[in-house]
Amino acid sequence: MSGRVWRRFVTHRLALAGLVTVSVLLLAAILAPILAPRDPTLIETQLRFLAPFANASLPLGSDELGRDTLSRLLYGGRVSLTVGLVAMVTTVLTGAVIGIAAGYLGGIVDTLLMRFVDTMLCFPQVFLLLVVAAFVPPTLLSISLVIGLTSWMEVSRIVRSEILQLKEQDFIAAARALGASRTRIMFRELLPNAAAPILVAATLKVASAVLMESYISYLGYGVQPPMASWGNMLTNAQGYLDTVPWLAILPGIAITLTVMGFNFLGDGLRDALDPRLRMDP
Amino acid sequence: MIGFIFRRLLQAIPMVIGVSLIAFALMHLAPGGPLAVYTLNPTIQAQDIERIKVILGLDQPLHIQYWKWATGMLTGHWGFSFFGGRPVLDIILERFPATLILMGSALSVAIILGLGVGILGAVKRYSIFDTLATSGALVALSFPTFWFGLMAIFLFAINLRWLPSGGMYEFGEEGNILSLLRHLVLPTMVLALVITATWSRYTRSAFLEVMNQDFMRTARAKGEPQSARLFRHAFPNAAKPLIALLGVELPFLFSGALVTETIFGWPGMGRLFVDSLNMKEYPILMGLMMFTALFVILGNLIADIAIAAMDPRVRLV
Repeated sequence: MSGRVWRRFVTHRLALAGLVTVSVLLLAAILAPILAPRDPTLIETQLRFLAPFANASLPLGSDELGRDTLSRLLYGGRVSLTVGLVAMVTTVLTGAVIGIAAGYLGGIVDTLLMRFVDTMLCFPQVFLLLVVAAFVPPTLLSISLVIGLTSWMEVSRIVRSEILQLKEQDFIAAARALGASRTRIMFRELLPNAAAPILVAATLKVASAVLMESYISYLGYGVQPPMASWGNMLTNAQGYLDTVPWLAILPGIAITLTVMGFNFLGDGLRDALDPRLRMDP
Repeated sequence: MIGFIFRRLLQAIPMVIGVSLIAFALMHLAPGGPLAVYTLNPTIQAQDIERIKVILGLDQPLHIQYWKWATGMLTGHWGFSFFGGRPVLDIILERFPATLILMGSALSVAIILGLGVGILGAVKRYSIFDTLATSGALVALSFPTFWFGLMAIFLFAINLRWLPSGGMYEFGEEGNILSLLRHLVLPTMVLALVITATWSRYTRSAFLEVMNQDFMRTARAKGEPQSARLFRHAFPNAAKPLIALLGVELPFLFSGALVTETIFGWPGMGRLFVDSLNMKEYPILMGLMMFTALFVILGNLIADIAIAAMDPRVRLV
Protein backbone atom coordinates (compact mmCIF):
# COMPACT_ATOMS: atom_id res chain seq x y z
CA MET A 1 0.00 0.00 0.00
CA SER A 2 1.49 3.32 -1.02
CA GLY A 3 1.84 6.15 1.49
CA ARG A 4 -0.89 8.20 -0.14
CA VAL A 5 -3.40 5.37 0.02
CA TRP A 6 -2.51 4.67 3.64
CA ARG A 7 -2.97 8.36 4.56
CA ARG A 8 -6.39 8.44 2.87
CA PHE A 9 -7.29 5.28 4.75
CA VAL A 10 -6.29 6.43 8.25
CA THR A 11 -8.12 9.75 7.90
CA HIS A 12 -11.28 7.72 7.26
CA ARG A 13 -12.45 7.29 10.84
CA LEU A 14 -15.10 4.65 10.15
CA ALA A 15 -12.62 2.56 8.18
CA LEU A 16 -10.14 2.70 11.02
CA ALA A 17 -12.88 1.65 13.44
CA GLY A 18 -13.65 -1.22 11.08
CA LEU A 19 -10.02 -2.29 10.97
CA VAL A 20 -9.77 -2.28 14.77
CA THR A 21 -13.05 -4.22 15.17
CA VAL A 22 -12.06 -6.81 12.58
CA SER A 23 -8.59 -7.25 14.11
CA VAL A 24 -9.99 -7.72 17.61
CA LEU A 25 -12.58 -10.23 16.40
CA LEU A 26 -10.03 -12.19 14.36
CA LEU A 27 -7.64 -12.24 17.31
CA ALA A 28 -10.40 -13.42 19.64
CA ALA A 29 -11.30 -16.20 17.21
CA ILE A 30 -7.69 -17.32 16.80
CA LEU A 31 -7.04 -17.24 20.55
CA ALA A 32 -10.38 -18.86 21.43
CA PRO A 33 -8.78 -21.96 23.04
CA ILE A 34 -6.75 -19.69 25.34
CA LEU A 35 -9.42 -17.08 26.05
CA ALA A 36 -12.41 -19.38 26.52
CA PRO A 37 -12.97 -20.10 30.23
CA ARG A 38 -14.57 -23.52 29.55
CA ASP A 39 -15.23 -26.16 26.94
CA PRO A 40 -18.00 -24.68 24.75
CA THR A 41 -19.78 -28.05 24.50
CA LEU A 42 -19.60 -28.84 28.24
CA ILE A 43 -23.16 -29.41 29.48
CA GLU A 44 -23.89 -28.71 33.14
CA THR A 45 -27.62 -28.63 33.65
CA GLN A 46 -27.38 -27.34 37.21
CA LEU A 47 -25.84 -24.18 35.78
CA ARG A 48 -28.67 -23.44 33.29
CA PHE A 49 -29.77 -19.92 32.37
CA LEU A 50 -27.22 -18.01 34.42
CA ALA A 51 -27.35 -14.28 33.81
CA PRO A 52 -24.22 -12.50 32.60
CA PHE A 53 -21.84 -11.50 35.42
CA ALA A 54 -23.76 -13.70 37.91
CA ASN A 55 -21.06 -16.34 38.18
CA ALA A 56 -17.34 -15.63 37.98
CA SER A 57 -16.52 -18.80 36.06
CA LEU A 58 -19.22 -18.16 33.43
CA PRO A 59 -18.73 -14.42 32.77
CA LEU A 60 -21.46 -14.00 30.14
CA GLY A 61 -23.89 -16.48 31.65
CA SER A 62 -25.04 -19.84 30.30
CA ASP A 63 -27.67 -21.29 27.97
CA GLU A 64 -30.50 -23.80 28.33
CA LEU A 65 -28.01 -26.67 28.76
CA GLY A 66 -25.70 -24.81 31.11
CA ARG A 67 -23.05 -24.22 28.44
CA ASP A 68 -20.85 -21.16 28.89
CA THR A 69 -22.00 -18.34 26.61
CA LEU A 70 -18.61 -16.61 26.38
CA SER A 71 -16.86 -19.81 25.30
CA ARG A 72 -19.61 -20.51 22.78
CA LEU A 73 -19.35 -16.97 21.41
CA LEU A 74 -15.58 -17.31 21.00
CA TYR A 75 -15.73 -20.73 19.33
CA GLY A 76 -18.79 -19.67 17.36
CA GLY A 77 -16.77 -16.73 16.12
CA ARG A 78 -14.10 -19.11 14.85
CA VAL A 79 -16.74 -21.01 12.91
CA SER A 80 -18.50 -17.92 11.54
CA LEU A 81 -15.27 -16.17 10.53
CA THR A 82 -13.82 -19.31 8.95
CA VAL A 83 -16.96 -19.80 6.89
CA GLY A 84 -16.93 -16.09 6.01
CA LEU A 85 -13.31 -16.14 4.85
CA VAL A 86 -13.48 -19.43 2.92
CA ALA A 87 -16.74 -18.34 1.26
CA MET A 88 -15.10 -15.02 0.35
CA VAL A 89 -12.13 -16.81 -1.27
CA THR A 90 -14.54 -19.01 -3.27
CA THR A 91 -16.58 -15.99 -4.32
CA VAL A 92 -13.55 -13.97 -5.37
CA LEU A 93 -11.86 -16.84 -7.25
CA THR A 94 -15.03 -17.74 -9.17
CA GLY A 95 -15.99 -14.14 -9.79
CA ALA A 96 -12.49 -13.12 -10.89
CA VAL A 97 -12.01 -16.03 -13.31
CA ILE A 98 -15.44 -15.51 -14.90
CA GLY A 99 -15.05 -11.73 -14.98
CA ILE A 100 -11.59 -11.90 -16.58
CA ALA A 101 -12.68 -14.50 -19.14
CA ALA A 102 -15.77 -12.48 -20.09
CA GLY A 103 -13.96 -9.14 -20.19
CA TYR A 104 -10.83 -10.21 -22.01
CA LEU A 105 -12.12 -12.85 -24.40
CA GLY A 106 -15.24 -10.85 -25.27
CA GLY A 107 -17.59 -11.92 -28.04
CA ILE A 108 -19.73 -15.01 -27.56
CA VAL A 109 -17.90 -16.04 -24.35
CA ASP A 110 -18.69 -12.67 -22.83
CA THR A 111 -22.33 -12.76 -23.91
CA LEU A 112 -22.91 -16.28 -22.59
CA LEU A 113 -21.14 -15.71 -19.28
CA MET A 114 -22.85 -12.41 -18.60
CA ARG A 115 -26.30 -13.77 -19.50
CA PHE A 116 -25.58 -16.60 -17.04
CA VAL A 117 -24.73 -13.98 -14.40
CA ASP A 118 -27.95 -12.07 -15.14
CA THR A 119 -29.95 -15.28 -14.85
CA MET A 120 -28.35 -16.30 -11.55
CA LEU A 121 -29.11 -12.84 -10.18
CA CYS A 122 -32.84 -13.36 -10.85
CA PHE A 123 -32.99 -15.81 -7.95
CA PRO A 124 -33.11 -14.32 -4.46
CA GLN A 125 -29.81 -15.36 -2.86
CA VAL A 126 -31.36 -16.75 0.32
CA PHE A 127 -33.69 -18.97 -1.75
CA LEU A 128 -30.80 -20.30 -3.84
CA LEU A 129 -28.63 -20.75 -0.77
CA LEU A 130 -31.28 -22.65 1.20
CA VAL A 131 -32.18 -25.00 -1.65
CA VAL A 132 -28.54 -25.96 -2.22
CA ALA A 133 -27.71 -26.05 1.50
CA ALA A 134 -30.63 -28.41 2.13
CA PHE A 135 -29.20 -30.86 -0.44
CA VAL A 136 -25.59 -31.14 0.70
CA PRO A 137 -24.52 -32.60 4.03
CA PRO A 138 -23.65 -29.56 6.16
CA THR A 139 -19.92 -29.44 6.89
CA LEU A 140 -17.95 -26.23 7.38
CA LEU A 141 -16.42 -26.63 3.92
CA SER A 142 -19.69 -27.38 2.13
CA ILE A 143 -21.45 -24.45 3.81
CA SER A 144 -18.63 -22.09 2.80
CA LEU A 145 -18.60 -23.39 -0.78
CA VAL A 146 -22.37 -23.10 -1.10
CA ILE A 147 -22.30 -19.50 0.13
CA GLY A 148 -19.37 -18.71 -2.15
CA LEU A 149 -20.90 -20.30 -5.24
CA THR A 150 -24.18 -18.40 -4.83
CA SER A 151 -22.64 -14.96 -4.39
CA TRP A 152 -19.86 -14.52 -6.97
CA MET A 153 -22.01 -12.76 -9.57
CA GLU A 154 -21.43 -9.16 -8.49
CA VAL A 155 -17.69 -9.78 -8.25
CA SER A 156 -17.60 -11.07 -11.83
CA ARG A 157 -19.39 -7.93 -13.02
CA ILE A 158 -16.97 -5.65 -11.16
CA VAL A 159 -13.92 -7.54 -12.50
CA ARG A 160 -15.29 -7.59 -16.05
CA SER A 161 -15.87 -3.86 -16.19
CA GLU A 162 -12.38 -3.23 -14.80
CA ILE A 163 -10.84 -5.58 -17.39
CA LEU A 164 -12.75 -3.86 -20.22
CA GLN A 165 -11.03 -0.59 -19.30
CA LEU A 166 -7.60 -2.14 -18.69
CA LYS A 167 -7.39 -4.20 -21.86
CA GLU A 168 -7.43 -1.10 -24.06
CA GLN A 169 -4.32 0.28 -22.39
CA ASP A 170 -0.86 0.36 -23.88
CA PHE A 171 0.82 -2.13 -21.56
CA ILE A 172 -1.54 -4.85 -22.78
CA ALA A 173 -0.77 -3.99 -26.39
CA ALA A 174 2.92 -4.17 -25.43
CA ALA A 175 2.47 -7.58 -23.78
CA ARG A 176 0.67 -8.84 -26.85
CA ALA A 177 3.42 -7.50 -29.13
CA LEU A 178 5.98 -9.33 -27.00
CA GLY A 179 4.10 -12.52 -27.74
CA ALA A 180 2.59 -13.17 -24.29
CA SER A 181 -0.02 -15.89 -24.27
CA ARG A 182 -3.68 -15.16 -23.55
CA THR A 183 -3.52 -16.89 -20.18
CA ARG A 184 -0.43 -14.89 -19.26
CA ILE A 185 -2.08 -11.60 -20.24
CA MET A 186 -5.25 -12.47 -18.33
CA PHE A 187 -3.67 -13.65 -15.10
CA ARG A 188 -0.24 -12.00 -14.98
CA GLU A 189 -0.96 -8.63 -16.59
CA LEU A 190 -4.68 -7.87 -16.15
CA LEU A 191 -5.43 -9.52 -12.81
CA PRO A 192 -2.80 -7.69 -10.70
CA ASN A 193 -3.94 -4.38 -12.16
CA ALA A 194 -7.53 -5.10 -11.19
CA ALA A 195 -6.46 -5.91 -7.61
CA ALA A 196 -7.89 -2.76 -6.00
CA PRO A 197 -11.59 -3.29 -6.82
CA ILE A 198 -11.20 -7.03 -6.12
CA LEU A 199 -9.75 -6.30 -2.67
CA VAL A 200 -12.67 -3.98 -1.87
CA ALA A 201 -15.24 -6.50 -3.11
CA ALA A 202 -13.51 -9.27 -1.14
CA THR A 203 -13.73 -7.30 2.11
CA LEU A 204 -17.41 -6.55 1.60
CA LYS A 205 -18.03 -10.19 0.66
CA VAL A 206 -16.70 -11.42 4.02
CA ALA A 207 -19.41 -9.28 5.62
CA SER A 208 -22.18 -10.70 3.47
CA ALA A 209 -20.88 -14.28 3.84
CA VAL A 210 -20.92 -14.00 7.65
CA LEU A 211 -24.47 -12.68 7.37
CA MET A 212 -25.52 -15.53 5.04
CA GLU A 213 -23.95 -18.16 7.31
CA SER A 214 -25.96 -16.78 10.21
CA TYR A 215 -29.18 -16.87 8.14
CA ILE A 216 -28.86 -20.49 7.07
CA SER A 217 -27.55 -21.67 10.45
CA TYR A 218 -30.46 -19.89 12.12
CA LEU A 219 -32.89 -21.70 9.81
CA GLY A 220 -31.20 -25.03 10.63
CA TYR A 221 -29.42 -25.70 7.32
CA GLY A 222 -25.99 -24.37 8.23
CA VAL A 223 -23.60 -25.23 11.05
CA GLN A 224 -25.10 -28.09 13.06
CA PRO A 225 -25.15 -28.44 16.86
CA PRO A 226 -23.28 -29.21 19.06
CA MET A 227 -20.81 -27.04 17.12
CA ALA A 228 -21.66 -23.45 17.96
CA SER A 229 -22.06 -20.73 15.38
CA TRP A 230 -23.54 -17.31 16.03
CA GLY A 231 -26.47 -18.19 13.76
CA ASN A 232 -27.45 -21.46 15.43
CA MET A 233 -27.01 -19.97 18.91
CA LEU A 234 -29.89 -17.67 17.96
CA THR A 235 -32.14 -20.55 16.87
CA ASN A 236 -32.31 -21.94 20.41
CA ALA A 237 -32.33 -18.52 22.02
CA GLN A 238 -35.52 -17.57 20.18
CA GLY A 239 -37.54 -19.92 22.39
CA TYR A 240 -36.35 -18.18 25.57
CA LEU A 241 -36.77 -14.61 24.33
CA ASP A 242 -39.28 -13.70 27.03
CA THR A 243 -37.32 -15.12 29.98
CA VAL A 244 -33.60 -15.06 29.09
CA PRO A 245 -33.23 -12.39 26.38
CA TRP A 246 -29.44 -12.07 26.68
CA LEU A 247 -29.05 -15.46 25.01
CA ALA A 248 -30.41 -13.82 21.85
CA ILE A 249 -28.83 -10.41 22.35
CA LEU A 250 -25.18 -11.50 22.64
CA PRO A 251 -24.75 -13.58 19.43
CA GLY A 252 -26.65 -10.90 17.50
CA ILE A 253 -24.24 -8.23 18.71
CA ALA A 254 -21.34 -10.44 17.66
CA ILE A 255 -22.75 -10.88 14.13
CA THR A 256 -23.57 -7.18 13.77
CA LEU A 257 -20.11 -6.10 14.96
CA THR A 258 -18.38 -8.46 12.55
CA VAL A 259 -20.50 -7.50 9.55
CA MET A 260 -20.21 -3.81 10.42
CA GLY A 261 -16.44 -4.07 10.85
CA PHE A 262 -15.93 -5.62 7.42
CA ASN A 263 -18.41 -3.20 5.80
CA PHE A 264 -16.63 -0.16 7.27
CA LEU A 265 -13.26 -1.59 6.28
CA GLY A 266 -14.44 -2.27 2.73
CA ASP A 267 -15.94 1.20 2.36
CA GLY A 268 -12.75 2.79 3.67
CA LEU A 269 -10.57 0.70 1.35
CA ARG A 270 -12.71 1.75 -1.61
CA ASP A 271 -12.35 5.42 -0.76
CA ALA A 272 -8.62 5.06 -0.15
CA LEU A 273 -7.69 2.88 -3.13
CA ASP A 274 -9.88 4.43 -5.75
CA PRO A 275 -11.53 7.76 -5.07
CA ARG A 276 -13.44 7.40 -8.37
CA LEU A 277 -15.49 4.57 -6.89
CA ARG A 278 -16.75 6.56 -3.92
CA MET A 279 -20.45 6.36 -3.13
CA ASP A 280 -20.17 10.09 -2.76
CA PRO A 281 -19.11 11.71 -6.05
CA MET B 1 -41.41 3.26 -27.80
CA ILE B 2 -43.34 0.23 -29.01
CA GLY B 3 -40.21 -0.94 -30.79
CA PHE B 4 -38.27 -0.62 -27.53
CA ILE B 5 -40.86 -2.58 -25.55
CA PHE B 6 -40.85 -5.29 -28.21
CA ARG B 7 -37.05 -5.56 -28.23
CA ARG B 8 -36.93 -5.60 -24.42
CA LEU B 9 -39.55 -8.37 -24.34
CA LEU B 10 -37.47 -10.42 -26.78
CA GLN B 11 -34.44 -10.00 -24.49
CA ALA B 12 -36.46 -11.37 -21.58
CA ILE B 13 -37.12 -14.70 -23.32
CA PRO B 14 -33.59 -16.16 -22.98
CA MET B 15 -33.63 -15.05 -19.33
CA VAL B 16 -36.84 -16.99 -18.72
CA ILE B 17 -35.36 -20.07 -20.41
CA GLY B 18 -32.13 -19.67 -18.41
CA VAL B 19 -34.00 -19.37 -15.15
CA SER B 20 -36.07 -22.47 -15.88
CA LEU B 21 -32.93 -24.46 -16.78
CA ILE B 22 -31.20 -23.51 -13.53
CA ALA B 23 -34.25 -24.27 -11.39
CA PHE B 24 -34.74 -27.63 -13.13
CA ALA B 25 -31.06 -28.54 -12.85
CA LEU B 26 -30.94 -27.64 -9.14
CA MET B 27 -33.81 -29.96 -8.30
CA HIS B 28 -32.52 -32.86 -10.37
CA LEU B 29 -28.88 -32.64 -9.35
CA ALA B 30 -29.90 -32.94 -5.71
CA PRO B 31 -28.78 -36.16 -4.03
CA GLY B 32 -31.79 -38.43 -3.86
CA GLY B 33 -33.37 -36.33 -6.58
CA PRO B 34 -36.92 -35.11 -6.46
CA LEU B 35 -38.00 -38.37 -4.82
CA ALA B 36 -35.93 -37.97 -1.64
CA VAL B 37 -39.14 -37.55 0.34
CA TYR B 38 -40.21 -41.06 -0.67
CA THR B 39 -36.86 -42.83 -0.63
CA LEU B 40 -36.25 -41.67 2.94
CA ASN B 41 -39.60 -43.04 4.09
CA PRO B 42 -39.02 -46.59 5.43
CA THR B 43 -42.64 -47.70 4.93
CA ILE B 44 -42.37 -47.25 1.16
CA GLN B 45 -40.96 -50.20 -0.76
CA ALA B 46 -38.74 -50.25 -3.81
CA GLN B 47 -41.50 -51.25 -6.24
CA ASP B 48 -43.69 -48.40 -4.93
CA ILE B 49 -40.92 -45.95 -5.69
CA GLU B 50 -40.65 -47.38 -9.21
CA ARG B 51 -44.42 -46.88 -9.61
CA ILE B 52 -44.22 -43.28 -8.35
CA LYS B 53 -41.35 -42.67 -10.75
CA VAL B 54 -43.49 -43.82 -13.67
CA ILE B 55 -46.50 -41.82 -12.50
CA LEU B 56 -44.44 -38.64 -12.15
CA GLY B 57 -42.61 -39.32 -15.43
CA LEU B 58 -39.23 -39.48 -13.68
CA ASP B 59 -38.26 -42.64 -15.57
CA GLN B 60 -37.96 -40.65 -18.80
CA PRO B 61 -34.78 -38.99 -20.10
CA LEU B 62 -33.95 -35.62 -18.55
CA HIS B 63 -34.50 -33.52 -21.66
CA ILE B 64 -38.01 -34.96 -22.10
CA GLN B 65 -38.78 -34.33 -18.43
CA TYR B 66 -37.57 -30.75 -18.82
CA TRP B 67 -39.62 -30.23 -21.96
CA LYS B 68 -42.78 -31.55 -20.30
CA TRP B 69 -42.15 -29.49 -17.19
CA ALA B 70 -41.37 -26.28 -19.11
CA THR B 71 -44.36 -26.54 -21.45
CA GLY B 72 -46.48 -27.31 -18.41
CA MET B 73 -45.25 -24.11 -16.75
CA LEU B 74 -46.24 -22.11 -19.81
CA THR B 75 -49.79 -23.45 -19.72
CA GLY B 76 -50.20 -22.98 -15.96
CA HIS B 77 -49.68 -26.64 -14.97
CA TRP B 78 -46.97 -26.32 -12.35
CA GLY B 79 -47.32 -29.86 -11.00
CA PHE B 80 -48.79 -31.14 -7.73
CA SER B 81 -47.53 -31.09 -4.16
CA PHE B 82 -46.30 -34.39 -2.62
CA PHE B 83 -48.41 -33.88 0.47
CA GLY B 84 -52.06 -33.27 -0.32
CA GLY B 85 -51.56 -33.43 -4.08
CA ARG B 86 -52.76 -29.87 -4.66
CA PRO B 87 -51.74 -27.83 -7.72
CA VAL B 88 -48.48 -26.01 -6.93
CA LEU B 89 -49.54 -22.79 -8.63
CA ASP B 90 -52.70 -22.65 -6.47
CA ILE B 91 -50.66 -23.10 -3.30
CA ILE B 92 -48.22 -20.34 -4.31
CA LEU B 93 -50.94 -17.92 -5.41
CA GLU B 94 -52.72 -18.51 -2.12
CA ARG B 95 -49.61 -17.28 -0.25
CA PHE B 96 -48.65 -14.54 -2.69
CA PRO B 97 -51.01 -11.77 -1.43
CA ALA B 98 -49.56 -11.92 2.10
CA THR B 99 -46.02 -11.52 0.72
CA LEU B 100 -47.16 -8.74 -1.59
CA ILE B 101 -48.74 -6.84 1.31
CA LEU B 102 -45.58 -7.17 3.40
CA MET B 103 -43.18 -6.28 0.59
CA GLY B 104 -45.41 -3.42 -0.59
CA SER B 105 -45.67 -1.82 2.83
CA ALA B 106 -41.96 -2.26 3.57
CA LEU B 107 -40.99 -0.87 0.18
CA SER B 108 -43.28 2.15 0.56
CA VAL B 109 -41.86 2.97 3.98
CA ALA B 110 -38.32 2.45 2.72
CA ILE B 111 -38.77 4.62 -0.38
CA ILE B 112 -40.36 7.51 1.50
CA LEU B 113 -37.79 7.45 4.32
CA GLY B 114 -34.87 6.69 2.02
CA LEU B 115 -35.75 9.48 -0.41
CA GLY B 116 -36.20 11.96 2.44
CA VAL B 117 -32.93 11.09 4.15
CA GLY B 118 -31.02 10.82 0.88
CA ILE B 119 -32.21 14.15 -0.55
CA LEU B 120 -31.61 15.97 2.71
CA GLY B 121 -28.16 14.41 2.93
CA ALA B 122 -27.31 15.52 -0.61
CA VAL B 123 -28.58 19.06 -0.07
CA LYS B 124 -26.81 19.46 3.27
CA ARG B 125 -23.72 17.53 2.25
CA TYR B 126 -21.09 16.97 4.98
CA SER B 127 -23.44 18.41 7.63
CA ILE B 128 -23.85 16.56 10.94
CA PHE B 129 -27.12 15.13 9.63
CA ASP B 130 -25.41 13.84 6.48
CA THR B 131 -22.55 12.22 8.40
CA LEU B 132 -24.95 10.57 10.83
CA ALA B 133 -27.24 9.41 8.02
CA THR B 134 -24.47 7.89 5.87
CA SER B 135 -22.81 6.08 8.75
CA GLY B 136 -26.22 5.10 10.14
CA ALA B 137 -27.10 3.56 6.78
CA LEU B 138 -23.89 1.50 6.82
CA VAL B 139 -24.70 0.31 10.34
CA ALA B 140 -28.25 -0.60 9.29
CA LEU B 141 -26.89 -2.58 6.34
CA SER B 142 -24.85 -4.66 8.81
CA PHE B 143 -27.84 -5.77 10.89
CA PRO B 144 -28.84 -9.41 10.47
CA THR B 145 -32.54 -9.13 9.56
CA PHE B 146 -33.62 -12.05 11.75
CA TRP B 147 -31.81 -10.73 14.79
CA PHE B 148 -33.33 -7.29 14.32
CA GLY B 149 -36.70 -9.08 14.11
CA LEU B 150 -36.06 -10.99 17.35
CA MET B 151 -35.05 -7.76 19.09
CA ALA B 152 -38.18 -6.01 17.78
CA ILE B 153 -40.34 -8.83 19.16
CA PHE B 154 -38.47 -8.70 22.46
CA LEU B 155 -38.93 -4.94 22.81
CA PHE B 156 -42.34 -4.18 21.29
CA ALA B 157 -44.23 -7.43 21.75
CA ILE B 158 -42.80 -8.99 24.93
CA ASN B 159 -41.66 -6.03 27.00
CA LEU B 160 -43.91 -3.16 25.98
CA ARG B 161 -46.81 -5.34 24.79
CA TRP B 162 -47.69 -2.76 22.15
CA LEU B 163 -47.84 -5.04 19.15
CA PRO B 164 -48.46 -8.72 18.39
CA SER B 165 -45.35 -10.88 17.98
CA GLY B 166 -46.49 -12.81 14.94
CA GLY B 167 -49.18 -13.95 12.55
CA MET B 168 -51.33 -11.85 10.27
CA TYR B 169 -54.64 -11.60 12.17
CA GLU B 170 -55.89 -12.23 15.70
CA PHE B 171 -57.63 -15.56 15.97
CA GLY B 172 -61.15 -15.29 14.58
CA GLU B 173 -60.59 -11.85 13.08
CA GLU B 174 -59.44 -12.91 9.61
CA GLY B 175 -60.08 -10.11 7.14
CA ASN B 176 -60.19 -7.37 9.81
CA ILE B 177 -58.11 -4.55 8.38
CA LEU B 178 -57.20 -3.01 11.76
CA SER B 179 -55.96 -6.35 13.02
CA LEU B 180 -53.91 -6.72 9.84
CA LEU B 181 -52.34 -3.29 10.27
CA ARG B 182 -51.37 -4.02 13.87
CA HIS B 183 -49.70 -7.25 12.77
CA LEU B 184 -48.01 -5.52 9.86
CA VAL B 185 -46.08 -2.90 11.86
CA LEU B 186 -43.19 -5.02 13.18
CA PRO B 187 -42.54 -7.10 10.03
CA THR B 188 -42.63 -3.92 7.93
CA MET B 189 -40.16 -2.22 10.24
CA VAL B 190 -37.80 -5.19 10.11
CA LEU B 191 -37.96 -5.68 6.34
CA ALA B 192 -37.77 -1.94 5.62
CA LEU B 193 -34.59 -1.31 7.65
CA VAL B 194 -32.06 -2.63 5.15
CA ILE B 195 -33.95 -1.34 2.09
CA THR B 196 -34.21 2.14 3.63
CA ALA B 197 -30.46 2.16 4.14
CA THR B 198 -29.80 1.15 0.53
CA TRP B 199 -32.29 3.70 -0.78
CA SER B 200 -30.91 6.59 1.21
CA ARG B 201 -27.38 5.81 0.01
CA TYR B 202 -28.38 5.60 -3.63
CA THR B 203 -30.71 8.62 -3.44
CA ARG B 204 -27.94 10.70 -1.94
CA SER B 205 -25.41 9.80 -4.61
CA ALA B 206 -27.97 10.13 -7.45
CA PHE B 207 -28.87 13.65 -6.28
CA LEU B 208 -25.27 14.67 -5.73
CA GLU B 209 -24.46 13.61 -9.27
CA VAL B 210 -27.38 15.55 -10.76
CA MET B 211 -26.85 18.64 -8.63
CA ASN B 212 -23.35 19.14 -10.03
CA GLN B 213 -24.59 19.38 -13.61
CA ASP B 214 -24.80 22.49 -15.75
CA PHE B 215 -28.58 22.71 -16.01
CA MET B 216 -28.79 22.88 -12.23
CA ARG B 217 -26.42 25.83 -12.21
CA THR B 218 -28.48 27.49 -14.93
CA ALA B 219 -31.67 26.97 -12.93
CA ARG B 220 -29.96 28.53 -9.94
CA ALA B 221 -28.71 31.46 -12.03
CA LYS B 222 -32.27 32.02 -13.23
CA GLY B 223 -33.17 32.53 -9.59
CA GLU B 224 -35.38 29.50 -9.17
CA PRO B 225 -36.05 28.66 -5.51
CA GLN B 226 -34.34 25.58 -4.10
CA SER B 227 -37.55 23.55 -3.83
CA ALA B 228 -38.31 24.05 -7.53
CA ARG B 229 -34.74 23.20 -8.47
CA LEU B 230 -34.85 20.04 -6.42
CA PHE B 231 -38.23 18.73 -7.45
CA ARG B 232 -38.67 20.04 -11.01
CA HIS B 233 -35.11 19.74 -12.26
CA ALA B 234 -33.12 17.36 -10.08
CA PHE B 235 -35.79 14.82 -9.21
CA PRO B 236 -36.75 13.63 -12.72
CA ASN B 237 -33.08 13.13 -13.56
CA ALA B 238 -32.17 11.42 -10.31
CA ALA B 239 -35.25 9.20 -10.55
CA LYS B 240 -33.89 7.04 -13.38
CA PRO B 241 -31.13 5.23 -11.48
CA LEU B 242 -33.54 4.85 -8.57
CA ILE B 243 -36.19 3.15 -10.73
CA ALA B 244 -33.48 0.84 -12.04
CA LEU B 245 -32.49 0.15 -8.42
CA LEU B 246 -36.08 -0.84 -7.70
CA GLY B 247 -35.79 -3.64 -10.25
CA VAL B 248 -32.35 -4.72 -9.08
CA GLU B 249 -33.41 -4.78 -5.41
CA LEU B 250 -36.35 -7.14 -5.97
CA PRO B 251 -34.40 -10.36 -5.24
CA PHE B 252 -33.08 -8.82 -1.99
CA LEU B 253 -36.64 -7.92 -1.09
CA PHE B 254 -37.71 -11.55 -1.55
CA SER B 255 -34.74 -12.79 0.50
CA GLY B 256 -35.59 -10.33 3.26
CA ALA B 257 -39.27 -11.29 3.10
CA LEU B 258 -38.36 -14.96 3.55
CA VAL B 259 -36.43 -14.24 6.74
CA THR B 260 -39.00 -11.76 8.05
CA GLU B 261 -41.92 -14.09 7.38
CA THR B 262 -40.15 -16.93 9.16
CA ILE B 263 -39.61 -14.89 12.32
CA PHE B 264 -43.08 -13.40 12.45
CA GLY B 265 -45.00 -16.45 11.26
CA TRP B 266 -46.32 -14.35 8.40
CA PRO B 267 -48.25 -16.71 6.07
CA GLY B 268 -46.52 -15.68 2.85
CA MET B 269 -44.32 -17.28 0.21
CA GLY B 270 -41.12 -17.09 2.23
CA ARG B 271 -42.72 -19.06 5.06
CA LEU B 272 -44.05 -21.52 2.47
CA PHE B 273 -40.51 -21.89 1.13
CA VAL B 274 -39.03 -22.72 4.53
CA ASP B 275 -41.86 -25.14 5.36
CA SER B 276 -41.50 -26.84 1.96
CA LEU B 277 -37.76 -27.12 2.50
CA ASN B 278 -38.31 -28.87 5.83
CA MET B 279 -40.75 -31.31 4.17
CA LYS B 280 -38.62 -31.75 1.01
CA GLU B 281 -41.57 -30.61 -1.08
CA TYR B 282 -39.64 -30.38 -4.36
CA PRO B 283 -42.58 -29.42 -6.60
CA ILE B 284 -43.40 -26.42 -4.39
CA LEU B 285 -39.73 -25.42 -4.02
CA MET B 286 -39.23 -25.56 -7.77
CA GLY B 287 -42.43 -23.60 -8.28
CA LEU B 288 -41.35 -20.94 -5.77
CA MET B 289 -37.90 -20.59 -7.36
CA MET B 290 -39.55 -20.09 -10.75
CA PHE B 291 -42.24 -17.77 -9.42
CA THR B 292 -39.81 -15.40 -7.70
CA ALA B 293 -37.38 -15.43 -10.64
CA LEU B 294 -40.17 -14.68 -13.12
CA PHE B 295 -41.40 -11.90 -10.83
CA VAL B 296 -37.88 -10.43 -10.78
CA ILE B 297 -37.60 -10.61 -14.58
CA LEU B 298 -41.00 -8.92 -14.92
CA GLY B 299 -40.06 -6.26 -12.37
CA ASN B 300 -36.86 -5.41 -14.24
CA LEU B 301 -38.80 -5.32 -17.51
CA ILE B 302 -41.28 -2.82 -16.08
CA ALA B 303 -38.47 -0.73 -14.58
CA ASP B 304 -36.67 -0.58 -17.94
CA ILE B 305 -39.85 0.40 -19.77
CA ALA B 306 -40.58 3.10 -17.19
CA ILE B 307 -37.07 4.50 -17.62
CA ALA B 308 -37.46 4.45 -21.41
CA ALA B 309 -40.78 6.26 -21.08
CA MET B 310 -39.06 8.99 -19.07
CA ASP B 311 -35.97 9.32 -21.20
CA PRO B 312 -36.15 9.08 -25.01
CA ARG B 313 -32.38 8.55 -25.25
CA VAL B 314 -32.69 5.11 -23.63
CA ARG B 315 -35.11 3.90 -26.33
CA LEU B 316 -32.47 4.23 -29.03
CA VAL B 317 -30.13 1.68 -27.48
